Amino acid sequence: MQPKSAGAELLREFWPLIVLSIGLTLVVVVIQLIGDNITSRTLTEALIRMVVVVSLYIFIGNSGIISFGHIGFMMIGAYGTAWQTMDPMIKDIFIPGLPGFMLDYSSHWILATLAGGLLAALVALISGYALMRLSGIVASIGTFALFMSFYSFYLQWSTWTAGQSTLPNLPVTTTPWVGLAFSLVTMLVAFLYARSRFGLALRASREDEVAAKAAGVNVTFQRLIAFTISAFFCGMAGGLYGHFLGLLTVDTFYLPVTFITLAMLVVGGMQSLSGAVVGTLVISFLIEFLRKFEAGFDIGGVILDLPSSSAEVGLGLVLLLILIFRPAGLTRNAEFYWPWKPKVALATFSKRQS
Amino acid sequence: MAYAIQVLIDALSLGSFYALAALGIGLLFGVLRLINFAHGDFITIGAYALIIPSAATQATLFIGDFAPIVLIPCIVAIVVIVALISEVTVFRPLRSASPATLMIGSFALGFILQNLIIMIYSGRPKAVGMWSDLSAGVKLMEGVEVPQLQLIIISATLIMLTSLVLFLKRTKYGIHMRAAAEDFRMARMLGVKANRVIMLAVAISGMLAAAVSMLFVVQTGILDFRMGLPLMLFAFIATVIGGMGSLVGAVVGGYTVGAVSILLQTFLPSEFRAFRDVFVFAFVIVILLLRPQGLVMSRSAKERV
Repeated sequence: MQPKSAGAELLREFWPLIVLSIGLTLVVVVIQLIGDNITSRTLTEALIRMVVVVSLYIFIGNSGIISFGHIGFMMIGAYGTAWQTMDPMIKDIFIPGLPGFMLDYSSHWILATLAGGLLAALVALISGYALMRLSGIVASIGTFALFMSFYSFYLQWSTWTAGQSTLPNLPVTTTPWVGLAFSLVTMLVAFLYARSRFGLALRASREDEVAAKAAGVNVTFQRLIAFTISAFFCGMAGGLYGHFLGLLTVDTFYLPVTFITLAMLVVGGMQSLSGAVVGTLVISFLIEFLRKFEAGFDIGGVILDLPSSSAEVGLGLVLLLILIFRPAGLTRNAEFYWPWKPKVALATFSKRQS
Repeated sequence: MAYAIQVLIDALSLGSFYALAALGIGLLFGVLRLINFAHGDFITIGAYALIIPSAATQATLFIGDFAPIVLIPCIVAIVVIVALISEVTVFRPLRSASPATLMIGSFALGFILQNLIIMIYSGRPKAVGMWSDLSAGVKLMEGVEVPQLQLIIISATLIMLTSLVLFLKRTKYGIHMRAAAEDFRMARMLGVKANRVIMLAVAISGMLAAAVSMLFVVQTGILDFRMGLPLMLFAFIATVIGGMGSLVGAVVGGYTVGAVSILLQTFLPSEFRAFRDVFVFAFVIVILLLRPQGLVMSRSAKERV
């Protein structure tokens, strides 16, 4: 049975994106309505992580290469943004190494965040030009080495980043609504990219690199596109994060964040946008839930009190269980497809298309 | 001349740490295709096992107070048991998964172990004075005085490497293990017991981790839940430089990384010295791009289509 009009066709095509966007917006609205200031902060952090995880999906999901390096791009974006939005007076004191025109310059946080993302994308373009020739686990190791060199560099580059101390007094502009807006845009781009011929070519190389090359796909180039796009959004997420915390330290962008964001993607299902979104939501709720227990939780008069860092241990266990028992993630790497499909179409139209 | 010898001994003793840790990672990569991110946490566990479990700031030695003849087997046993439990509960169920999945799995394992240590011992660094008389200097020749400990580290490493080589070359199980590292499926078809070989590799890897943790604690005198991480990272670099899956490569890589670090430390102009690690990690990327098979080519590393 053919859909009746172009509108219905479009609705069906964009169904996964529509479901996810509406679902996410509803979750945010409900939490904002019932929650207090603290839940609102947690929510903002989760939404910033959503941007990171969806941009991880753009690269990892489509290329099949696990990247341990994207938090480096988040850091580059965060500092790139902060260089523009900080008060010039404070810049003079903490990061006097900035070139003169940067010291006096300041711009609106939206523009600054975009520029921070562009900086991260530029770095990704240059480093990816070399790295994207690698495949499989060697490529993963390469992204890890890249991440470590960025991290050690920023840690020592004290005239620009304040090194091992803190960069204070960033304007706090990231609200849950800002986080939601950026998440929705990232999801839209991720969805459109995956549907574009570039996304298709990259997924072909994920399934069989040799066959894709034989069919004329320039694998290095396709990977580089995804790498750059995802670094752009990671960089913007970094900018948002700085303006959420109000301060920056290089240590914020180290292995724990890498671990949490990768865990979110793997738990949801690496190869679908729905997986990225669902994974982020589920893990964020789980962490919050365990944190509540760490603080002491009252159940029918009995106060349950878990030792500190149980949230982290719990997160690690959940990730291991998912890896072992459901390696394709909660969504089994599938999108939320149009549910009212005729039976015949279902048989020919595999659900595992992503 | 005297200065050169001093630098050489520094490089050798740092390289020994990296070589031992790299060998622990390389062994598992050989048989399991697993890059064990949790190896650093095995090292940390070995170090923390020396003291009484408590969140107190002051560390009280427990096993660390025993005579070396009892202490060393105890620590080795603890780390080996942790490693074997990890194998059975985490790596075995993931055995048929892709190397990248395994890598994430070991990342998760390391994260869990690290946070368990924080839970039990608290996250604050603790000072531990164990065998502190070993850091006394020894006069080798005119103008060259090195801590006794460095010589112990170098010779202990040499002894361990030699015995490992003898084990791998001369014993039945050693030969099984090398066969499994070469071609796991073929080795199984020829009657090598997969689980036994893997358990053995994991146990040896745990022993090496225990050795590193004891030597490292004596050298630094500090316990920190992140102490294994830099060792693991540099050892990991060493295995990449040496060639993944090659055991000789892991040792060569370990000493190379040690030597490069010390040389950069010594000869870089002071304003660049802080960026030493950046150069080391950038060097890894260069190696990956120019010689993805590493300095020492292992026959099994070639990717087949």
